[in-house]
Formats: sequence, structure tokens, C-alpha cells
Amino acid sequence: MGDNAKPVSRSSQAAQANPANHAGHANEEEVTPMVAVLAVRSQRKKVPGSALFLRVAPPLLGLALLVLVWQIIALKTSSFPTPWVTLKEAAVMFSDPFYRNSPNDQGIGWNVLASLQRVGMGFGLAALVGIPLGFAIGRVEFLSRMFGPIISLLRPVSPLAWLPIGLLVFKSANPAAIWSIFICSIWPMIINTAVGVQRVPQDYMNVARVLNLSEWKVLTKILFPSVLPYMLTGVRLSIGTAWLVIVAAEMLTGGVGIGFWVWDEWNNLNVPHIIIAIVVIGVVGLVLEQLLVALAKAFTYEQVNN
Amino acid sequence: MDNINGKFIDIHGVEMVFHTKKGAFHALREINLTVAKGEFVTLIGHSGCGKSTLLNLIAGLLKPSDGVLLCANREIGGPAPERAVVFQNHSLLPWLTCYENIYLGVERVFGASENRTQLRDRTRAALALVGLSAAETKRPNEISGGMKQRVGIARALAMEPKVLLMDEPFGALDALTRAHLQDELLKIVAKTESTVVMVTHDVDEAVLLSDRIVMMTNGPAATIGEVLEVQLARPRDRVALAQDAQYGLYRTAVLEFLYRKQAHPARQAA
Repeated sequence: MGDNAKPVSRSSQAAQANPANHAGHANEEEVTPMVAVLAVRSQRKKVPGSALFLRVAPPLLGLALLVLVWQIIALKTSSFPTPWVTLKEAAVMFSDPFYRNSPNDQGIGWNVLASLQRVGMGFGLAALVGIPLGFAIGRVEFLSRMFGPIISLLRPVSPLAWLPIGLLVFKSANPAAIWSIFICSIWPMIINTAVGVQRVPQDYMNVARVLNLSEWKVLTKILFPSVLPYMLTGVRLSIGTAWLVIVAAEMLTGGVGIGFWVWDEWNNLNVPHIIIAIVVIGVVGLVLEQLLVALAKAFTYEQVNN
Repeated sequence: MDNINGKFIDIHGVEMVFHTKKGAFHALREINLTVAKGEFVTLIGHSGCGKSTLLNLIAGLLKPSDGVLLCANREIGGPAPERAVVFQNHSLLPWLTCYENIYLGVERVFGASENRTQLRDRTRAALALVGLSAAETKRPNEISGGMKQRVGIARALAMEPKVLLMDEPFGALDALTRAHLQDELLKIVAKTESTVVMVTHDVDEAVLLSDRIVMMTNGPAATIGEVLEVQLARPRDRVALAQDAQYGLYRTAVLEFLYRKQAHPARQAA
């Protein structure tokens, strides 16, 4: 259950580190403010302009380097479009992203939306099943032992390996793609929710016992808020994987969607479109990730420590 | 009736053995203690002497391996709001405001018999008692450590417990804040006539607050070494007591026990 359980965002990492501090690393905690103070001081010494430069310049330089390498490759190989050609193509394409000529010829906007819809469906169903299951597994030792081996066995399986099962059961491409998303999204949500439930600080549970709270109050006032950061980490990992998988799944199933669109453009040998699609897939994935990071931050609270 | 008041909490022949991975650990042996109604008792001893374990036993968070614990002539079977605990690290829920943290307990204890307005009044009264009416809508991370601890005390008091159990409530605070909260606690306890059992490792705190100081021997298999009656008149004033000969004697007695008779376990080992 190791890797996936680790929240990546800084806020949730802090939340996770706290139980450890609480266990008795009092010295470490005393040191931290000192480090923070030093960090603030060194920041103050710098001119504001140079800080801005350090923030903006390296990413721009990286981007320029990428474009340069691309340009060199394009000049050496005749089949590969230059950045300039691709940019012109993109300008044409994004001038009308929502056209509809025929079911197989639609704007990139419709394709992205179709993929997002599939991800939303599969992911939503996975959340509906995975989060309650995670709570149950985290709360009941018996269930944890019962499902643990199954999860460990099925989690490493590539989601695309499930696609034939989906086609067999649903007899149709679209539900099969959603099924693949479902199966790849569910594991991080189950695991992270379960770990979150297991790591609810004992102090909070003691409060619940002393106040003699009902099981419902324990769930809504203590377990759920405490588990939420872990759960949202699971959600974030899930949606990242889901977005990876949908492109591959759509290449196999066809229809409308960004994955199929890439494959279609490959068959048309329209390389600039493929490159544009890659950038679009990247941007959409990034936006999804950032939305969930922001959501996780809003629901992460300072945990108990002294 | 007198019997109930004199033995409000009755601890009889309590043994506590923890079964850990490394084997059995005998934490407490032959604990016999009674606490009268309205009495303020502190448990003092070196780290690891099991004073917190004893408090958790009274709270019902732990079950004794042997022996009986009674509260108001009824066996302590588990935690209950009638024995409210003030935790060392305040244990406020960080996603609730100060008001909501207190309301949670109030609602559980009085929700069945009182209406919403009464519950709200109780919560507000508890906040006012610890002087934190202004912090009602603040979350725990927006207030200082001393304020958090006061909310913790308010949460416990708002449930009108028969016994207030405090586990080193001021241990994490600086000396000035601690002194201030001790004075407030003395006033609150005088007003509410609460029965208090408090764990501390601060000798001055013990003498200043207590009616009786229960001194515990070093673990493992710790037990009650001596019990000291503190017969200082109330209300007590810390500045006046600093010059008081009687206060000095009590203080010396506790220090004598802790550093002569029960030298620190670390030094014993060395």
C-alpha cells in the first residue's frame, strides 16, 4: 500500500508528517521555526526583481530549449513539422474548435470534451464505489485482511488489459472505455482512503470516546474531515491515471475522443495535429491536477500537535 | 451519603499490564486511591511512572488488568462525558471553530433534553467562563496555545462533568501562560465546585492547586508512594504563597520524594 498513499502536495505532506512529530520528535519541531526564519531572511536580502527573474526565466529557457531541439530535429527530418508550421496549424485549428462536419470529423474541442466525459463517468463510478470501500477497509481490520491481497494482485495490472473484459461484458466500445477508467481509478482511492482512516490521530478518537459521540457524528465530524486530505490525494492520483488511460483506450476503441483523434491523424499522416494533440492532452492533464491540488489545499487542516 | 461524597472516585487494587510485542509490561500495581467530591487531586511522578495511565483508567479509555474503579458507586466501564478529559495537546478538532468544538460535546450531553437555544447558551457560557467569547468563530490554528488549552477546558466543563480529568494540561505552555491558566483554573474550580484529578510533573503547580498530592514511585510496576495533604487556605495567591513557610514545607516534601526517595530512573540506570 506504500507509494500511492503519499500525498504529494506540500500541505498534505505536512499533515502526514505531523503524527510522526507527535510521536516524540519534539526537537525536530523546535528546529523547524529556525530554518523558516533563516529562509525568510535570505529571501528578504534579495532584490524583488531578481526573485521574479528566477521564477520566470528558467521555465522560459527550458521551453526555448525544447523548441530549439524540435527545430533541429525538424530540419534534419523531412517528415517532421517545424515549430512554426505547427503553430500556424494550431492557430487554424483553435479558431474553430467546435465544428461538426460528420461523426468522424469534429473539432478538437468536441474530442476533448468526449474524452473528459468518459473520464468523468468512469472516475465518478470509481469514487462512488472506492471511497466507501476504502472507509470500510480502513475501519474494519477483517475487511482489510480480506481485500488486501486482491487489491495487491489487481492494482499493478495495466488498465488496458481490462478492456477486452469490458468489451465482452458490455458488447460496446464506449462502456468498455469507461470500464477501463473505472478499474484504473478505483485503486488509489480505496488505498488512500483506507490509509487515511487508519491514520486518524488517536487523540481525535479519544475525544470521540470521551464525548461518547454517535457513530454518525464520529463519521461526519471526525473521520471524514480527517481523511479528506488523504482521500483527495487518492482522487488526484486517480484522475491522473484516468487521463493517461483514456488516450490509450480510445485509440483501441475508436469513436469521438482525443485518443482516437490522435490515431486518426496518424492514419492521415497529419503530424502537426498529433503534436498539437499531445500539447492539448498535457494541458488538460495539468489543469485537472492543479484543480485537485487547490481543492486538497482548501480542505487540509493543521493536525493536532504540541 | 457521606460515604459517596468521601469516596466519589474509588480505586481498589488496580493492576495494569500492557501486552506489547516485546512482551508484557507491568505498568501499575496495587493502586488504591479515593477521591472525595469537590476535591482537587494531582498525580505527580517522574516520566514513565504511569500517572497518565492511571488517569486514562479513571477516564475509562483503558481497562484495568485487575482491580476495580468506581465513580459515584458505579463501575467505570468506558469513557463517558461525566468524566470529561482535558488532553495534554488540547485535541481540538482543527476543522471546527472553537464554538463548534464545544458545541459537539454540549449537544451530545444535553441534546436530548434541551432545545437549540439552551444548547447555544451553554456553549457561549463555557466560552465566557474561560474568557474566550471573542474567539468563538476562530479555528484552533488561529489562536495561541494557551487559548487552545482554555477551549479544551471549556469543552470539558461545558458538559458539566462529575469529574474533570486533566492530563498535564499546561505542560506545553510557557511559564507565564501556565501561571495565568492555573489561576483561572483555581477560580473556575472554586465556582463550579468540580472534582478534579490532574496529572502534572510540576511541583509548584501541584502544591498550588491541590488538596492532596499523590506521589507515584518509578515504573515499571509503579504504585502510589506517598500522599500529601495540602492544607493551605483558599483562595490561594501565588505571590503570597511564595513567602509562606507552610507552602515551602509542602514543596520540600514533594521535592524530597521525587529527588531523594525516587531519584530519576535515568540517573538510577547510570
